[in-house]
Amino acid sequence: MSDTVKLACRNVWKVYGDEPDQFFKNGSGIVSDIAGTFAHIKDTGHIGAAANVSFDVHEGEIFVIMGLSGSGKSTIVRCLSRLVEPTAGEILLDGQDLLKVSEKELIDIRRHRMGMVFQSFGLLPHLTVLENICFPLKLQGVGSAKRIARAKEVIELVDLSGREDSFPRQLSGGQQQRVGIARSLAVEPELWFLDEPFSALDPLIRRQMQDEFLRLQKLLHKTIVFITHDFMEALRLADRIAIMKDGQVVQTGTPTQLVLNPVNDYVAEFTRDVPRDRVVTAGEIAESHILSQHTLTLDHLTTLDKIMPLLQEHPNGISIEKDGQMIGSVTAQSVIGALANTADAQT
Amino acid sequence: MSGDALNQAQTRSWLPWVIVIAISAVLIAIRNDVSWLNKPPAEILPIAEWVNVYMDWFVDTFKAAFRKLNWLLNWPMGWAQQFLQWLPWPVTMTGFGLLAWLAAGWRLTLFTVLALFYMVVTGYWVESMNTLGIVLVSMPLAIVSGFFIAVMAYKSPRVNGFVQPVLDLMQTIPTFAYLIPILLLFGFGPVVGVVASAIYACPPMVRNTILGLQKVAPEALESGLMSGASRFQLFWQVRVPSALSSIMMGVNQTTMATLAMVIIAAIIGGSADIGWEVLSKMRKAQFGQSLIAGIVIALIAMMLDRISWGFTDRSRAIARAHLPFMQRYTPWFIATIIGVVLFWLAKLVPALSVWPEQLEFYPAEPINNALNYVTGTYAHVTDAIKKSVLFFYLLPLKVGLTKAISPFSWGITFEPWMRLAFAGIVALIAAGYLVMGKWRRAVAAVVVGAFLYYGITSMPWPVIILVVTLLAWQIGGVKVAALSFFGWLFMLLSGIWPQAMLSVYLCLSAVLVCLVVGGGLGIWASQNTRVSNFIRPINDALQTIPPFVILIPFLMFFQIGEFTSFLAIIAYAIVPCIRYTEHGLKSVPEHIVEAARSMGTTKRQLLWEVKMPLAIPEIMLGLNQTIMFALAMLVITALVGSKGLGQSVYIALSSADAGKGLVAGLGMALIAIIADRILQAWSERRKMALGMV
Ligand SMILES: Nc1ncnc2c1ncn2[C@@H]1O[C@H](COP(=O)(O)OP(=O)(O)OP(=O)(O)O)[C@@H](O)[C@H]1O
Ligand SMILES: [Mg+2]
Repeated sequence: MSDTVKLACRNVWKVYGDEPDQFFKNGSGIVSDIAGTFAHIKDTGHIGAAANVSFDVHEGEIFVIMGLSGSGKSTIVRCLSRLVEPTAGEILLDGQDLLKVSEKELIDIRRHRMGMVFQSFGLLPHLTVLENICFPLKLQGVGSAKRIARAKEVIELVDLSGREDSFPRQLSGGQQQRVGIARSLAVEPELWFLDEPFSALDPLIRRQMQDEFLRLQKLLHKTIVFITHDFMEALRLADRIAIMKDGQVVQTGTPTQLVLNPVNDYVAEFTRDVPRDRVVTAGEIAESHILSQHTLTLDHLTTLDKIMPLLQEHPNGISIEKDGQMIGSVTAQSVIGALANTADAQT
Repeated sequence: MSGDALNQAQTRSWLPWVIVIAISAVLIAIRNDVSWLNKPPAEILPIAEWVNVYMDWFVDTFKAAFRKLNWLLNWPMGWAQQFLQWLPWPVTMTGFGLLAWLAAGWRLTLFTVLALFYMVVTGYWVESMNTLGIVLVSMPLAIVSGFFIAVMAYKSPRVNGFVQPVLDLMQTIPTFAYLIPILLLFGFGPVVGVVASAIYACPPMVRNTILGLQKVAPEALESGLMSGASRFQLFWQVRVPSALSSIMMGVNQTTMATLAMVIIAAIIGGSADIGWEVLSKMRKAQFGQSLIAGIVIALIAMMLDRISWGFTDRSRAIARAHLPFMQRYTPWFIATIIGVVLFWLAKLVPALSVWPEQLEFYPAEPINNALNYVTGTYAHVTDAIKKSVLFFYLLPLKVGLTKAISPFSWGITFEPWMRLAFAGIVALIAAGYLVMGKWRRAVAAVVVGAFLYYGITSMPWPVIILVVTLLAWQIGGVKVAALSFFGWLFMLLSGIWPQAMLSVYLCLSAVLVCLVVGGGLGIWASQNTRVSNFIRPINDALQTIPPFVILIPFLMFFQIGEFTSFLAIIAYAIVPCIRYTEHGLKSVPEHIVEAARSMGTTKRQLLWEVKMPLAIPEIMLGLNQTIMFALAMLVITALVGSKGLGQSVYIALSSADAGKGLVAGLGMALIAIIADRILQAWSERRKMALGMV
């Protein structure tokens, strides 16, 4: 993960209704009174599916968008790929405003730079697995031999070899979603959108698919926007999370930030049942005191549940490093303190 | 919300009914003193003449162009027919066998071969191939034009807004009415059949294609977009293939409609096809012959239906597409080899190109003899059935008890005390319902009682207009009421009122039987799998066979007349009632049934207290279909002497009077559409009340 911004979403609004444009003076989506505009939208019988949404997605990161049903997650991710035309705002892909590109350029961007996985898979029922995966390549005009070779590669990648000639309805949900994933990967996109890709699967398969997803990301290093309404899923996958409510982003941050410092009850409610020790990392609670004697050294991203058993053997504390540099240490006391604090915050 | 509720309370109140019933009572009382009440004006607006003036102009202006078109269409039709005549029959059989195999496998192949063989041995091969030739030309015409009309309607809401009502009209205007303008434009000849059936068969293709294109899953489309599909690619590579099964359903229905119309178009003659064969034999009362020929039509229908239906299930084609080359084309190779061999063999063995007459199997005489024996021996039975239905059911509905009860019919005179007793019973029932607080049922009892007493055809016309329009208003709102009012007004002013009432009466009397008997069968089938399995193929057959053929058996036993029409209408129109009832009862959600069972309902309670109320909307849609079918059949029964609008159309056809034909046809369409809108609205209301939408 780097700090380069790959995709930026600036003051994006999506209003459904008879006259959605009336609320905005210009296309920028910047309004002086956000709450007032939102109320106005509601009062006039319109639906504000996305309201003033802003966030940056960095290159190579997994950015998770979370929220209850109807909070506008699907809307915003569809705005990012312009499957839904935003009413106002800017979407910048590598600094280029996506909303200003022509239809032709957009088709080109979708063909080569974006991939999307859908909650209900979106497979074409009249095509086999192989043909489904070849489909985007075929649209691009890639030759038949070449696209079949590429399709076989991604089929291998998602572990579906042998099922090339099956039809979607002959596959289980998990297998169908693998096809969806393979299809979106076939064009080697830089940006990968996943709209609740695992929600239709049962818990066991979901877990498997998450592992699979992480394995793929280790290999591929895509920039990912991932949508879910399951916080545990978000925790497992996310580098950063944005939480949405009623079309607005309530809070954006790392999982720890959300757990330790929820901005309001809505966010706290989401993180309520999360075991703190599995979220909070050593770096976040380390005291700046550098241990003099030689002791165990751990990376700053290690979570507390991993550290706690080790503290018994190292009563003096454990050193914490970041990018090869000592940044401080943790002791049994600091761990207990941190967990106690968050437990307080909870009640 | 509150405005809505208020509105509903107003439209659904009992007050208008009291007023309408009062007015009706006055109208009925004075009907013998005011002649125009009983005998509606003959023709106030000469609509038919206007149509004719316009039609004449149109024909004069465009005749040349249409004759050219006729000439043009004659070619492919000639080729198709001559080609089918030229091919030795075993080769044609092989071709259809291959088609059947591709569509559905060896069972259908066997059926197809046997069906075609029947046509060979009965000596109807030439006629059958002529019919098939016309079908094979007009079917692609209907399919291709239907598809493109659907694509245009799908792409432009404005086109769609125009197409939908036209489809409604086209599917309700009786088939004969189509023939007249086409006849005038194209002149006599087989091309009329091609054009008429192409037009007639178009709507199901358009409907199914539009529906299919509209209901493609949004995520399939989004995934297409994200794959970078251009608009064109999205449409042709994602939307159309995803809609394919719906489109193929359209192809199936269109094929069947084509055949039905080709058979009916035989009525204008000029083509030596199988429809003409049936009709001419029927006219000569040669029932054995017409039965044998009618079976040919039934077989062609089943064959075409099964084959085109087989292609709607795409999995066969798809599975085959993934076999290795040799395997994929094996049936083609085999069929080609058999075909070529048979072709050359036919040059050596003449029986293989023209079936020798002495080998024909044509049991017309034995059938006729048997029939004569049966009808002769059991004349008293058939007569008794016919008479009792006529006197005790049909006549009261038609002219009312007041005229139906006579020494001649019922064997008694309708004494004043009986009249009083009848009125008393009706009043008692109505009062009973009123006491229970069910004013709607009370109103229904009064209205039904009045109609039973005076008869549909003898009711003063304002009464009918008032009652139906009020019903339409309370159930469907202002729009439906307006449709009803202006629809009846049209029939009144254009001078077709008496015929319209005859049609309404015959249709209604058949539909009531369908509802009771069909509903009963549907209930039985829903409870009993064996019954269901037994009824299903019969239903399938009744739906597939062109309605024309259904007349034959009834004609054989009951001769020409209203009773035969009545039975034929029932046979054709009962199917939807059975099907929808069974389906409605079977599709009650399992969790509701379980919940009811857990409360300890008996089987009977489960049916009547739980399933029935939930199935009513569906049954109502079935009833709606039944009415449409009944009206469609009504026109055809004009061939066997039923009276009413169908007869008017038929007469107009024989005198090539486009205006009369269209006016009468439009009248039938209006009756159908009014009934349809009222029932649809009613079904919607019920669904809403049950929270099913
Ligand atoms: N085409 C549309 N027309 C009108 N309203 C819409 C449309 N699409 C979405 N909405 C509304 O926008 C809001 C946000 O919908 P969205 O689908 O983005 O929610 P979501 O967060 O993805 O929910 P879920 O978890 O159920 O998928 C909802 O209130 C929805 O009803
Ligand atoms: Mg969603």
